Amino acid sequence: MTHAVPSCRHCGEPVTAVSPAAPDFCCAGCAGAYELLGQLGLSSYYNRRAIDPKVRALRPDEDEIASFDFTELASTDDEGHHHLHLMVDGIHCAACVWLIETLLQRNPAVLQARVNMTTRRLRLSWQGHVSDIEDIIRPVMQMGYRLIPFDPAALEQATVSRNKELLRCLAVSGFAAGNVMLLSVSVWAGYFQGMGGATRDLFHWISALIALPAAAYAGMPFYRSALGAIRNRRVNMDVPISLGVILALGMSLAQTIRGEPHAYFDSAITLLFFLLIGRYLDGRARGQARSAAEHLLSLNARSITVIDTDGTRRLIAPQKAKPGMIVLAAAGERIGIDGKVIDGQSDIDTSIITGESIPVLTRPGATVFAGTTNISAPLRIEVTATGGNTLLSEIVRLMENAEQGRAKYVAVADRVAKGYAPIVHSLSLLTFFGWWLVGGIGWQDALMNAIAVLIITCPCALALAVPVVQVIATGRLLRAGILVKSATALERLTKITGVIFDKTGTLTTGKPELVNQPPLEKLTLAGEIAANSNHPLSRALVRAAGNVAPHANVTEQPGLGLMARGPVGPIRLGSRAFCNIAENADLPSDVSGPELWLSEPGVAATRFVFRDSLRSDASDVVDNLRTRGFEMTLLSGDRETTVRQLAETLGIADWQAQMSPTQKAAHIQTRADAGNYDLMVGDGINDAPALAAAHASMSPATAAEISQNAADIVFQGDKLGAVIEAIDVARKADRLVRQNFALSFAYNVITIPLAVSGFVTPLIAAIAMSSSSLIVIANALRLHARSGKPDTADIKPAARMSQQAGT
Amino acid sequence: MSNLLLLIPIALFLGLLGLGAFLWSLRSGQFDDMEGAANRILFDDDDTKTPEKSKRIDPNDS
Repeated sequence: MTHAVPSCRHCGEPVTAVSPAAPDFCCAGCAGAYELLGQLGLSSYYNRRAIDPKVRALRPDEDEIASFDFTELASTDDEGHHHLHLMVDGIHCAACVWLIETLLQRNPAVLQARVNMTTRRLRLSWQGHVSDIEDIIRPVMQMGYRLIPFDPAALEQATVSRNKELLRCLAVSGFAAGNVMLLSVSVWAGYFQGMGGATRDLFHWISALIALPAAAYAGMPFYRSALGAIRNRRVNMDVPISLGVILALGMSLAQTIRGEPHAYFDSAITLLFFLLIGRYLDGRARGQARSAAEHLLSLNARSITVIDTDGTRRLIAPQKAKPGMIVLAAAGERIGIDGKVIDGQSDIDTSIITGESIPVLTRPGATVFAGTTNISAPLRIEVTATGGNTLLSEIVRLMENAEQGRAKYVAVADRVAKGYAPIVHSLSLLTFFGWWLVGGIGWQDALMNAIAVLIITCPCALALAVPVVQVIATGRLLRAGILVKSATALERLTKITGVIFDKTGTLTTGKPELVNQPPLEKLTLAGEIAANSNHPLSRALVRAAGNVAPHANVTEQPGLGLMARGPVGPIRLGSRAFCNIAENADLPSDVSGPELWLSEPGVAATRFVFRDSLRSDASDVVDNLRTRGFEMTLLSGDRETTVRQLAETLGIADWQAQMSPTQKAAHIQTRADAGNYDLMVGDGINDAPALAAAHASMSPATAAEISQNAADIVFQGDKLGAVIEAIDVARKADRLVRQNFALSFAYNVITIPLAVSGFVTPLIAAIAMSSSSLIVIANALRLHARSGKPDTADIKPAARMSQQAGT
Repeated sequence: MSNLLLLIPIALFLGLLGLGAFLWSLRSGQFDDMEGAANRILFDDDDTKTPEKSKRIDPNDS
């Protein structure tokens, strides 16, 4: 398309010649949306969004909008007002928020419509009848936004409330730290200016009054986690933290009561404040990644259409299906249940389960599985299995078995704490006995020195070393559309020695492309006929043919092909048998793969060959990984010829075809037992157990729900380069974490002798602690400074998300 | 040192006031949508024909 194409007034997409609404709009949906906005006087939307040239309106779906039972999750309060929470797909910018809210508020029944731009969720309240909801939200749907009802209780994860608790603790400790510091600075100044003992004690008492309750409240997250670890006979980083804080406060209180000068209230509470900042940011970064991942998953959520015995149709959630129910699967719809086809003949895209890229013909009596997509014709399916008997729950069981190995992984911070805590604690004990028995001072003074050791070694920098780096690394990846879901994913990623790829949907796009070059007029004719079908091969033909008008009078015969009425007789586009081509027709043998034939009466048939095309950067990524010394493996459920061809193209020597989910997971397990650390990259349901079994795992955002859940990292966009980016960032982060640990230990090497010899004063402790924390944070920020390519970093993940869903 | 006896309680009171305000705003959901709040200031109300209605409903409750 080199010539100038007029762009659609609504969505900005090029307008093709066949558009029913040409020349202004690309499709009827856009024309409708434009008209609706004009009627409502909301055309200023087009000015608003013009602020950001990258933003385009969504292209509304012309087909009937896949709908849900919106009333099911709506709740009604005492006043008769109804409330519903909805996920919104397609929000790019503030103009979208404005448009959605305004569209809804124009309806007099709507009491409140508020979009949360961060989480992309809509809260809607309305009066009148519950079932009015469909009318209320129709204008928003017509704009191309997708609305998916959700249950906030089910989604309101523990992480959200935990982060809120951390924020409250952070506020309390910040308040206390500020005020105690105010008093402490006065006391320190008093050392040099001769503050009276009574004033100093007063200040200590006030500090105690602030610090003790604040530390009791704000320290709860640490105390809880420390207690939990001790109960399980483990040591984590929170144990030395809690011990340090409690001992410092206890000793300071004793000092205050006895009217002595050494009180560490400021150090204790500032320590909590710093650590809470790290914890909060850490939790928030992962929370964002996880919420983006959940949002992606919810977009796949669909209802299923059940046909009751009296012929009425209703939408229900797939979980509510019971064996014996009859479910209707429309063409193009994802099948939500396991069942047996009782009526209809269609092609089923099973790539998500088997890895096979070409749809299989399905006739009555055939078994279909949840997750597959029905392509060419409606099917009636009898539900045969639900709950624990479905293929999906079988996969889940495999996954749970495979996951056990990974649960044993101990985060690096906890490994350090395990070595660090006993050393520090015995050092402090030695100091106590050394001073008391050998040094010959009173046990109170000996105890003071011992506690000073604990405070000065209190692992502020140590405890910040990992989370600060994690926050920055996770944030950087999030901006590139890579969602790090698991806390230890980056650490595990640094250990990787091999990379295992799935084929369909991972190395390839999962979409076949035309590979041979048939004559142009044949291609155009085939494209015109194919424009009537949803079959992947037909779509590939249309893409290859460019802008073609759909041929009139075409009938589709599922599993066989398309038949069009031509001037001299029927034109057939379909399988070899459908076009009556002899098996032994001589063929150029250099190209093989799925094929279509075009036959016209009296003319030689034309052959179209397709191949599941590689992701645009797949071979670069594979080459790059190989030169870095990773072992590459290809595991696929597809047929051997296809897999071999691909493996040879990419130069992957180690490949296996026709693997079952169990075999994939077992293969990884054997490799792991042999001492390999593998990164599994896969997308299908059949990859889920392997993803769970691998040392680390990634899956594209187009993957099956279960695979995204199993994967540590989910990446968006159609570039496989995310794998390299994630490994790079993980390695850089690992380097910085090690440096941070080294820095903290270096600090301790200097300060511990001071503390053991009893020279530490509260002022020295405060300076040592704050400066070491700041150095660690500054070091971690270096990861941010060398941030990656701007082209990928600029696009917000949510925007990419909707681009994907929109196309 | 009587000024200290006055100033310290005042300082603490003001600090607590700030803390209370923060905790209140946290609870009422004002920190739930930082991105949206930053953009909402740019919406003009004359586009929405029903400003009195949106005022009646607690705007913090979302």
